[in-house]
Amino acid sequence: MTVGEHARRYPDVWRRFTPRQTLVRYVWYACIVFVAAWSLRNLDIPWFYFLDAHVQVADLVSRMFPPEWAFAGQVLDPLVETIHIATLGTAVTFVIAFPLAFLAARNTTPNALTWFIGRFILVTSRSVNTVVWALLFVAIFGPGPVAGIWAVAMRSIGFMGKLIAEAIEEIDTGPVEAIEATGASRLQVLLIGVLPQVLPIVYGTTVYRWDINIRESTVLGFVGAGGIGIMLYSSINQFAWHEVSVMLAAILGVVVVSEFVSATVRRRIT
Amino acid sequence: MSAPATWRPPSLVPNPLYRYGLMALAGGYVLWSVGSLEVDWNRVAQGFPRAGGILGRMFPPDFSRWELLLRGVTESVEMALAASFVGMIVAVPLGLCAAVNLAPMPVYLLARSVIVFTRTFHEVIVAIVFVKVFGFGPLAGVLTLIVASVSFIAKMVAEDIENMQPGQVEAIRATGASFPKVLIYAITPQILPRYLGVSIYRLDANVRHSTVVGIVGAGGIGQTLSASFSRYDYDFSLAILLTIVALVFAGEFFSNWVRGRLR
Amino acid sequence: MLTITDLVKVYPTGQSALAGVSITVDKPQVVAIIGPSGAGKSTLIRCVNRLVEPTSGTIVLDGVEVTAMSRREVRKVRRRMGMIFQEYNLVERLTVMENVLSGCLGYVSFWRAYRRNYPAADVAAAFELLDRVGLTGYQDTRADALSGGQRQRVGIARALMQRPDLLLVDEPTASLDPKTARQIMRIIVELAHERGTPALVNLHDVHLAQSFADRIIGLREGKIVFDGSADGLNHQVLTDIYGEEDWSTTVVRPKGVAPGDRPKEDIEREAAAG
Repeated sequence: MTVGEHARRYPDVWRRFTPRQTLVRYVWYACIVFVAAWSLRNLDIPWFYFLDAHVQVADLVSRMFPPEWAFAGQVLDPLVETIHIATLGTAVTFVIAFPLAFLAARNTTPNALTWFIGRFILVTSRSVNTVVWALLFVAIFGPGPVAGIWAVAMRSIGFMGKLIAEAIEEIDTGPVEAIEATGASRLQVLLIGVLPQVLPIVYGTTVYRWDINIRESTVLGFVGAGGIGIMLYSSINQFAWHEVSVMLAAILGVVVVSEFVSATVRRRIT
Repeated sequence: MSAPATWRPPSLVPNPLYRYGLMALAGGYVLWSVGSLEVDWNRVAQGFPRAGGILGRMFPPDFSRWELLLRGVTESVEMALAASFVGMIVAVPLGLCAAVNLAPMPVYLLARSVIVFTRTFHEVIVAIVFVKVFGFGPLAGVLTLIVASVSFIAKMVAEDIENMQPGQVEAIRATGASFPKVLIYAITPQILPRYLGVSIYRLDANVRHSTVVGIVGAGGIGQTLSASFSRYDYDFSLAILLTIVALVFAGEFFSNWVRGRLR
Repeated sequence: MLTITDLVKVYPTGQSALAGVSITVDKPQVVAIIGPSGAGKSTLIRCVNRLVEPTSGTIVLDGVEVTAMSRREVRKVRRRMGMIFQEYNLVERLTVMENVLSGCLGYVSFWRAYRRNYPAADVAAAFELLDRVGLTGYQDTRADALSGGQRQRVGIARALMQRPDLLLVDEPTASLDPKTARQIMRIIVELAHERGTPALVNLHDVHLAQSFADRIIGLREGKIVFDGSADGLNHQVLTDIYGEEDWSTTVVRPKGVAPGDRPKEDIEREAAAG
């Protein structure tokens, strides 16, 4: 076959996208870059700050080191309190979110109204950040860990409730049908047909949220809701960086350990 | 021999000693933790009537200072957009370095420790450090969100690369392609959809987080909210809260819409 | 053309995959490598293009020693060796055409590859190959929308797109049904003969090896225990390769028909029986 014949038989141009598709894609890219650039510009960022940023950072690091390890003894109590806030907050969440999830799952909720109420509570809970909840609860209960526990719980209800509700909606309907066929009551169907299928996910989600809550609890003190945040906030405001570094190291340790615990537990139950 | 007359289901923890031990441990923990919390129970008891008072003062929400509100919201959204964009770009090289099947061991370990380190600290802690270094204002907020976005997206990219199908990469390598070509031809097609999805999700998360970094003075609507709380302007606080909820909703809706279209 | 001498591969885990394999392929022929799982078939093929680094021994392709090459040179020599995989290994999210054209990745610049802007001659060649493997009109279909047999056809087109001097084929039919398996083997063998390209083909199906290969190499525990034509496969040889078993149904084959182009009915009867 000669080259000429070849060219006649087979096209020698192939494009993945038509020119129009390509154009549309580039217009999208341009839009994204434009929006990002426009946002940055509007923020009025004083770029000259960056000129000596490396000096600032070096200065900060040099102030942090060496950490004042003698301070570690004082850190212990607030650190334990932080863990307590996360754990008790998660426990409260568990008690509230578990029944709420059944209300918010389409296949277990009694009627459309209850479903809507369930979803509404979950969405409200999730839309407000833990720290913002803490602001509110500090105003109500006064400064201290009780506000923190409630803040943690209020934010976590939406998270856990949503995941558990999704798990309930995705269960295998076969066993449920089989239990219904035995003439079991609604509650019995939930107990025998539904619950065993979602329990691993319930436990997994709880442990996962506990691990997130440990992180969240470290900053609740910034608004007065207890934990190590109170001490961290005052040390930062006093520019006591060598104390700050001790606390950051402590937080790093606790968070890494809790993440490890949570990952291990979740791997074993699912 | 007669069949046993009773049957109990096997317990989650078979050994009774362990089982009761665990229960006792859990009970003990609750007692210890609740007991060790330094709580002014009188103050807490006052809380319930106070909650009624605060709620009463929250209604009706006060939208009269809408200009202030709008400025805060705009700043939050701008912070989220800028941070997501920068984060999305910076996360790619970091993510490549943090994939165990691509990067040499020392690079991998370094990249992974950067990710672990930045992920550990809550945005608010990062924000306050930036506020101390760069002063009050949105710059600290943007930097905080950038740090959070980079470490989040990079972690996802690295995990995707580690989970991709090695066969496709092997086949492209077998054609004699160099590493950059393998990257664009075998790796990119496998991770691109998830990468875009995660980036969009991060935009949505950044909108949510941009509402809190302001509490320590790093700009955005959070700053306005924090100020209104400290001035006991609860009706304005509720207006801000409702706006935040609406904003988060819009962000989540947008994010779901885009991710649904990405396939 | 291809000379493999005393090839040894011991994995870092201490597992020995190849224990001194020597093979010479001096004319364009289809060489089937058969043997039980774990005999080292995959390792052998991957050592040839150095996707697996051999522990010792030499591989010489057209007078050039592949085993002594630097990484850059290996990339160049890989362009001359087309590889076909058991699990097809297509880039699932790319179109058929992109997958076929990826066969000339070694020849185009990064930038051209990024823009999918391939030389006109390559595009025409890709269309011709698609036609040849029976996928006319499929160029814009995404690889993940294809069936197994279709995917393997794309895999073949990709390998031949490299205009290879050697085909490395790793269990091309193990994931396919018997009929598709025969079609795929026939395409590979025909194309190899047409273009005068020698091919090393790993197979675990003795029937397929007998029907399509010009030469069969039996591998057991990393050593060659048989090297000869398909007629040489008798009870003793198969026992040497795979171990004790009743091989009577496997050894029987019709006489006087050249491998690879027996009548279709014959092949189908055999497939139904086996």
